[in-house]
Amino acid sequence: MAQQLAAKEPTVEQIAEQKIYKQFGVSDSEFELICEFLGRKPNYTEIGVFSVMWSEHCAYKNSKPLLRRFPTTGPKVLMGPGEGAGIVDIGDNQAVAFKIESHNHPSAVEPYQGAATGVGGIIRDIFSMGARPIALLNSLRFGKLDNERVRYLFTHVVGGIAGYGNCIGIPTVAGEVMFDEAYEGNPLVNAMCVGLIDHDKIQRGVAKGVGNPVFYVGPATGRDGIHGATFASEDLTAESEAKRSAVQVGDPFMEKLVMEATLELIDSGIVLGIQDMGAAGLTCSSAEMASKAGNGMELYLDEVPQREEGMTAYEMMLSESQERMLFVTEPQHEEQAKAIFARWGLHCAKVGKVTDDGRLRLFHKGEQVADMPVKALVDDCPIYDKPSKVPEYYLQNGSVDTTRYEQVLDLTGALKKVLGSPSLASKEWVYSQYDYQVRTSTAVVPGSDAAVVMVRGTRKALAMTTDCNGRYVYLDPEVGGKIAVAEAARNIVCSGGEPLAITDNLNFGSPEKPEVFWQMERAVDGMSEACRVLDTPVIGGNVSLYNENVKGAIYPTPVVGMVGLVHDLDHITTQNFKEVGDVIFLLGETKAEIGGSEFQYAVHGVTEGRPPEIDLAVERGVQQAVLAAIRAGLVASAHDLSEGGLAAALAESCFGRGLGASVEWTPNLRPDLALFSESQSRILLSAKPEKAEKLAALLKEQGVPATRLGTVGGDRLTIKVAGHTAIDAPVEELRREWKEAIPCRMK
Amino acid sequence: MKFAVLVFPGSNCDLDMFHAVQDTVGQDVDYVWHTATDLSAYDAILVPGGFSYGDYLRCGSIARFAPVMAEVYKAAEAGKFVLGVCNGFQILTEAGLLPGALIRNNSLKFRCHPVDLVVENARTAFTNAYAQGESVRIPIAHGEGNYYVDAETLEQLKKNNQIVFRYAGENPNGSIHNIAGVCNERGNVVGMMPHPERAVSELLGSKDGARMFTSVLNAWRERHGAAIGR
Repeated sequence: MAQQLAAKEPTVEQIAEQKIYKQFGVSDSEFELICEFLGRKPNYTEIGVFSVMWSEHCAYKNSKPLLRRFPTTGPKVLMGPGEGAGIVDIGDNQAVAFKIESHNHPSAVEPYQGAATGVGGIIRDIFSMGARPIALLNSLRFGKLDNERVRYLFTHVVGGIAGYGNCIGIPTVAGEVMFDEAYEGNPLVNAMCVGLIDHDKIQRGVAKGVGNPVFYVGPATGRDGIHGATFASEDLTAESEAKRSAVQVGDPFMEKLVMEATLELIDSGIVLGIQDMGAAGLTCSSAEMASKAGNGMELYLDEVPQREEGMTAYEMMLSESQERMLFVTEPQHEEQAKAIFARWGLHCAKVGKVTDDGRLRLFHKGEQVADMPVKALVDDCPIYDKPSKVPEYYLQNGSVDTTRYEQVLDLTGALKKVLGSPSLASKEWVYSQYDYQVRTSTAVVPGSDAAVVMVRGTRKALAMTTDCNGRYVYLDPEVGGKIAVAEAARNIVCSGGEPLAITDNLNFGSPEKPEVFWQMERAVDGMSEACRVLDTPVIGGNVSLYNENVKGAIYPTPVVGMVGLVHDLDHITTQNFKEVGDVIFLLGETKAEIGGSEFQYAVHGVTEGRPPEIDLAVERGVQQAVLAAIRAGLVASAHDLSEGGLAAALAESCFGRGLGASVEWTPNLRPDLALFSESQSRILLSAKPEKAEKLAALLKEQGVPATRLGTVGGDRLTIKVAGHTAIDAPVEELRREWKEAIPCRMK
Repeated sequence: MKFAVLVFPGSNCDLDMFHAVQDTVGQDVDYVWHTATDLSAYDAILVPGGFSYGDYLRCGSIARFAPVMAEVYKAAEAGKFVLGVCNGFQILTEAGLLPGALIRNNSLKFRCHPVDLVVENARTAFTNAYAQGESVRIPIAHGEGNYYVDAETLEQLKKNNQIVFRYAGENPNGSIHNIAGVCNERGNVVGMMPHPERAVSELLGSKDGARMFTSVLNAWRERHGAAIGR
């Protein structure tokens, strides 16, 4: 049987002569390089292994030169990029591990399982570090909801995230969802997981100790997900139905068992190295673990638990069956490890051995079926500096005057349009499907600027958020990149936290297009600078390229996942106005900045011009002042101004407790531009009347411009601009527009 | 008083239940594995929420066959206090310790949010610290919490005062007669879909669930005489 199947595999000669490697995304020059490393031509299994290890997903061959620009170190960084997740110190021997990862392409094809396995994968990245996962976040992009296919994708992506996270028992506490034509046909599904770990429990994916056994744990390997990201061949599927890549299916119950058993195993102190089998499954985990230890590895594929009969070496190595882990321990600990897994009903199989020859060697049916240098697999993939070119649209947008639109006079109507725009509207339809409270540590639930999760047994908490405005990044990638980081930090600060670090998910179109590569370069530069100024290094992340639809590339969307430390539970702050009579302040300066705004999109129907500018030093000053004010106990509510500007921020702050507000403001701008401008570095604060003076004094001392806008109270939101009533509506009426926008479109 | 929090493969509110006991009444509490065959050391058995055995079949239908369940029957029969929350409630109904069944929410979606409940029976072991008819706010988080009994059983539940909690306001899942929680005839076994263990401090949004735990401590003290209460 095995021989029959093996006989169907292309021979060494066929691979070379018919250039079969090209179907796996390996170029001619890369193939020559592989032959050089091997000293001969690769067989089918070997070319399969090389192709996944040298894919963009594993080797970052198109993005590495850019990723090197990120600041990745800092006094609190315990683990930077390169392992399953980055880790940052939060004091008291505790640390936080977190990472974001995309599952865009699987979700576009099979939204429920695509999203579910995205969540499963990122959770494994966290617990394979030894960290206890405590929270999940996500960042989603879809086309417009008036499209039936988009509604289908939206429904099932949310369902898949919910299905996995709810079952495994990790709360999904925050996220962002935006809708724009730019994402039609290519939704973005980025999932982030946050875990807690003690410093002395941090694990690495290293195959330590020559002669030590390598164990496989988790469900049996099947033919699902074979070829992962690299498979793109119609020819092969036409020839061989049996080799067609199947969709990966998630089993959150299994992952719960694997997670608990793995954490117990790590706790027992007998693990030398551990890594999850994510993209490229057994291939990537074995090669990377050997590489990090400077060792080699032998795998005995007959010992790999198999779900299907007659699996070939090629299939086993490239399968992306879910919920599997690989770990190394000393021989004398084998029984102890097996006992831990048995208690959780799991089988753990000895599938290999650490060697000292620096080679990954595979044995199957009594024969050596592959023999490859580990270093060539992991480190020697060629890195490409792609050509970059300023796109025409960017140059044209430079001369667009975004104040040229006819003045909007019905500003209450405009506010309703903005609040009812699905990107800005209430996401309750989404998050009420997520269990956001399991583990009973969620102090700020979805719907505020950032979620806050308490650290049990301490007075500390973690604030966390995901952010990116793809429209800004599209209009000016560098500025948009800066804003993505700055806004994430602003959200953390508004929740009472000190920004610690970020994980990033770079979602872009095809890097083969010079204009897309230019977007990548500029966005990374902008993000890097913001990370430096705001002291939030990049501790890990993910790159997702080739996000294209029929109309071209998606908006460049470098999603920022940020975690901050709330030093004391008393500092936890939300965006909701708290009490009648509280005084409202606007921090920062408002300019006529409409480019890329929700107002421009929802009211004028375009996305054009330049996005709002950002001065990172000013941003830093505003954030530090607000954090100081919160810590001094002067702040009742804090809300970052972002999409929809001041008008939307005021309305949102009213919604939580159904409290109205009366505001009088005299900006030096046309009212419609002033109220909906998305100028950066602005925050809305409210304070108890007896604390208002102190707050104003603190802000002045810190050099932050603050305008006293009015007071909380009543059941209407009334905004007077330059003495004239601009917006006046019952809070409940505005709230209905905002709350019903998505449910209405989903009916 | 000594509490047991049962742990099935796939339980995920065990931690929350455990800490809720510690944080509200500060009594002894242990995690007890699904394979345990002796619960005699415990005064109260708490069956937590989660997805026991993945709940890929009818929720709770596999958990009811776990070895520990034989002991839960014994404990219930002996008049010990048994509380099932969410998946725990589903398990207790599957086990026949409580009447009725929990089917898919009528929205066909998982729902997680706070709900307002009315305490319909403040005389059970788990509700004696509430006032009859009192309104409390406790969160739900479930996809299959739509409580169903036939008309005849419903009449019996009413007659025997076995309806413990009802949803006030919107019915989140389609439960018959807005039922959120029920008890057995003796009132020592209670099951409910809302999570009282998630409502034990202001930081979590409500502490209305805390009195479920003080109630059972009251009941235990009453049974054993105040003198031995710690």
